[in-house]
Amino acid sequence: MDEFILIFRHEDASGRVSPEQMQTWMKQTMDWIGGIAAQNKYSGGNGLPFQDARVVRPNNVVTNGPFGEIKETIGGYTIVKADSLDEAVEFAKGCPVLQGEGNSVEVRKIARADGV
Amino acid sequence: MMASARKQRPFFTMEHPELLPHLFRTEFRKITAVLGKQLGVEHLEAAEDIASETFLAALETWSYKGIPDNPTAWLYSVAKNRARNYFTRNQLFTDKIAPKLTDSPPDFGEVEIDFSDKNITDSQLQMVFAVCHPSISVEAQIGLVLRILCGFGIDEIANAFLTNKETINKRLFRAKEKLRLEKVAIEFPNEREINSRLETVLMALYLLYNEGYYSESQDRILREDLCLEAMRLTYLLIENPPTNRPAVNALLALMCFHSSRFPARKDEKGETVLYQDQDETRWNQALIAKGGYFLHRASQGNTLSTYHLEAGIAYYHTIKADTNEKWERILQLYNQLLQIAYSPIAALNRTFALSKTNGKPVAIREAEKLQLTDNPYYYTLLGELYTDLDTDKARTNYQTAYALARTETDKKTIQKKIEKL
Repeated sequence: MDEFILIFRHEDASGRVSPEQMQTWMKQTMDWIGGIAAQNKYSGGNGLPFQDARVVRPNNVVTNGPFGEIKETIGGYTIVKADSLDEAVEFAKGCPVLQGEGNSVEVRKIARADGV
Repeated sequence: MMASARKQRPFFTMEHPELLPHLFRTEFRKITAVLGKQLGVEHLEAAEDIASETFLAALETWSYKGIPDNPTAWLYSVAKNRARNYFTRNQLFTDKIAPKLTDSPPDFGEVEIDFSDKNITDSQLQMVFAVCHPSISVEAQIGLVLRILCGFGIDEIANAFLTNKETINKRLFRAKEKLRLEKVAIEFPNEREINSRLETVLMALYLLYNEGYYSESQDRILREDLCLEAMRLTYLLIENPPTNRPAVNALLALMCFHSSRFPARKDEKGETVLYQDQDETRWNQALIAKGGYFLHRASQGNTLSTYHLEAGIAYYHTIKADTNEKWERILQLYNQLLQIAYSPIAALNRTFALSKTNGKPVAIREAEKLQLTDNPYYYTLLGELYTDLDTDKARTNYQTAYALARTETDKKTIQKKIEKL
């Protein structure tokens, strides 16, 4: 069994959505994660808030947030256990982030300590 | 005249049929804990024996001479004398024989055996930590808790575990051997260890409670006793400031909420009444309130244990009305619980809650992903979800569940569901 990280890319929606919409997204996300956990395939995860974010570049250049060239940026991640990349992709398909046009979930295998 | 007549009454059990069993229940464990603490883990057997002999002496003496004015003090003083004799014999052993051995018993010297309330409580608490030791299996831990801290007989323990006396005797004997070999001290764990040791203790108490709550044993009183003992020991930890942690309060809250349904979950014939069919006016509101109190105390601080989540789920089950809010809360608590501690039963219950909030078709899709194909409850859940949607599928799933069911109670429950389709 391998671990895969599902990386969510979406727009910073803060200030543009209603509390009701946020509530709905929250429930959808919790149910999605709960569904993975119910299959004993959940390893961890977290949201990455858009505030308190900086990008550090060479020569001590620090910018406010990673958002510049593209609207969609990393908003969170979930780590799942899966027997194959395909299974991990199936988990990713259910991610509520994908309801937004332009959003994406990137699926990446996590390298194992033994390098296999 | 009256007083002396009482004292000379030949057969006390006629007038106080409950006295000796009652004293046995309350005092055996205290005597065993105090003596065990004093003697050390390598003499646990002796502590038990002395406690047993003390009660035998009470039976022999009181039957002929009547009940003493203070039966408890009588028991303590007999136990003290017998313990002193044991010490003396061991002292002889220490002086004459032990120098030739390496594993010698402790030097008891002048022994003062302290039956003060404080020492009884401290000894019991320290004993909980000693017998719930990570070096022995959790079944053995529960067995020792029942024997040493609850004063259960070997046959009662065997009955609770649905096994025989020999198995229990062997299990407890090996466990005591292991504790002796590991040189487990009967003492409070230090600050550095207390969290992990407390986790082991809480797990044993949690499983002891579940053993009572879900046991297949036909003895209802015995089952409820297991639950009450688990609650008593959990409360002992709460009354002791260093162990009065949020997770302990959460565990007691969970136990209170579950116990509130005791009066309603069996009918007159002793058959299980399912949650949705229970008469909620028979739920014990005082226990529900107590559970709320301990859950509130558990929420002080920033730890979130599985007991918090389970207590939360149990709390929402004390509200009978089938509201969306209730099931939404239960669903999210299960979602969280599964993230920190997966179990098949939590996965199934989560999916049931999902059917209440998101509808049966969604829940069926999620259920079929679980693939718990050797678990009868998996098929019971599918049967439940297909009911009213697809009767044939509901029946097939219930039939598979019936074939896999491990207990008569479960078979009966499934049979009733099939008949209702």
